[in-house]
Amino acid sequence: MKMDNGIFPESIRKEKEDVAGAGRITVKNLNFFYGNSQALFNNTIEIEPGKVTAIIGPSGCGKSTHLRVYNRIFELYADQRAEGEVLIDGVNILSRQYDLIELRKRVGMIFQKPTPFPMSVYDNVAYGLKLHYKINKNEMNERVEKALKQAALWDEVKDKLKQPGTALSGGQQQRLSIARAIAVEPEILLMDEPTSAIDPVATAKIEDLIAKLRGKYTIVIVTHNMQQAARISDFTAFFYEGYIVEYGVTKELFTRPKKKQTENYITGRFG
Amino acid sequence: MVETSKKTDGRSVKARSLAYRKIKNSLVSILAGLSALLGLFILGWILFTVVERGFSAFNWAFFTELPNPPGMEGGGLANAMLGTIILTLLATLIGVPLGLLAGIYLSEFGKNSKFSEWVRFFANILMGTPSIIIGIFIYTILVVPFGHFSAYSGAVALAVMMFPVVARTTDDMLQMVPAAMRESALALGAPRWRTILEIVFRSAKNGLITGVLLAVARVSGETAPLLFTALNSPFWFSGLNEPTANLTVTIFNYAMSPYEDWQRMAWGASLLISAGVLAVTLTTRFLLKEKRI
Repeated sequence: MKMDNGIFPESIRKEKEDVAGAGRITVKNLNFFYGNSQALFNNTIEIEPGKVTAIIGPSGCGKSTHLRVYNRIFELYADQRAEGEVLIDGVNILSRQYDLIELRKRVGMIFQKPTPFPMSVYDNVAYGLKLHYKINKNEMNERVEKALKQAALWDEVKDKLKQPGTALSGGQQQRLSIARAIAVEPEILLMDEPTSAIDPVATAKIEDLIAKLRGKYTIVIVTHNMQQAARISDFTAFFYEGYIVEYGVTKELFTRPKKKQTENYITGRFG
Repeated sequence: MVETSKKTDGRSVKARSLAYRKIKNSLVSILAGLSALLGLFILGWILFTVVERGFSAFNWAFFTELPNPPGMEGGGLANAMLGTIILTLLATLIGVPLGLLAGIYLSEFGKNSKFSEWVRFFANILMGTPSIIIGIFIYTILVVPFGHFSAYSGAVALAVMMFPVVARTTDDMLQMVPAAMRESALALGAPRWRTILEIVFRSAKNGLITGVLLAVARVSGETAPLLFTALNSPFWFSGLNEPTANLTVTIFNYAMSPYEDWQRMAWGASLLISAGVLAVTLTTRFLLKEKRI
């Protein structure tokens, strides 16, 4: 859906409305390889649009690997390879024909460590917008402000938009990363342990933020913190050694796990 | 100190003498400090001598006039100053872009490939190649076939020296940028080239500038490669196709000459080169501090 005149506001918003409720991820028989060693085995899962889905499991079980398939970021590394199907709203994004830039506009990602770009707070948020749209200055200001507000960061940075992004605190930097991602209006937000590098107070803010973003975006969050998964997610998938052991409504998975392995993990017997 | 004995894993462990460790520690500190001082002292000595002897050569004529024939008082090295600037600039224009591109390839595209390992290996060797050999090499491929010395062959010789320095520092500096930085930009939908130029380069900016400066500073004081290529000239710069005056070969010629006036000018030229390199370094440091985002 490219805009013909290159000027965007209505067109973006319209585009956004068109896809309201979209962002359903259907994974079928996903296998993943690092060179010759297989890291994911026959992962099949359906991620509900507009909901928060948590991926939990012990270290090295393939949580992040699985998440990194959704925006094909793994393709940066020549020895990594995915087989199977990942459908977003019915279209296989693993297909060679699927345009990577288009995919990443639809699927945003937040990483474990905040990664502010070496530029001002404002430019950090504007960066993604400039990649995808031709925008005049006023519109840009509005979009940046909106994204920062959505990321619950505006009040803290509105007087230091021209300061380097790296000058913010760790928690602020992470919310800046979120603002940067949501500025381009993705349908899906991938979060790879977004709070593991920041302090508890900042973590609480990010969790509040995720609660606020629920409904607007399909959020898939990898976390090693089970309490966090229980607090913030609607659905939870438990991964173990590259397999999806159990997947279901968070409340049920944590109170009445169906599989022994899940129970062992959530009761802290291993992990 | 009191000797303590603890049971660990069922074995008795004797604590090392604290006094002995302290003595060793201070001994190493003193040795390291002395070595640093010695280095500084020698640098200070050189700088002092160069300033003391070189400064007396400075006068208006030194900066504005052509050299006089031997035996005649006065004259200057203006042509050599201009020549050195032209040669260094041209070498930078050739060597730095190539070095940056090679560094990008090594760090971003061919990171762990066999080919890259070979390129790194040969770049390291090229860095260690004596400059006189590079001079002879360019002499055989650019001076002999054309039948005359020239500024461009000099610039190419210097560029060949800059290339591996820029390529390897670029490679190292880009690799120090965390992978998450690249992934963040790509995840926003940035194409690879924009990620490299706008995000990775910016993150590594200080390191890259340092690498380029290192290369410039390294070649601006080179004599051997120019002896075989740009040679020298008592005249004004008259085109890239002609032998070109430059400070280092002038120092070489004048310092060896029996004329006192020429020897004085050689000192003056030495001071000028040292000051030039120092000025370039300081300016960049200043600029880097000013524009830090």
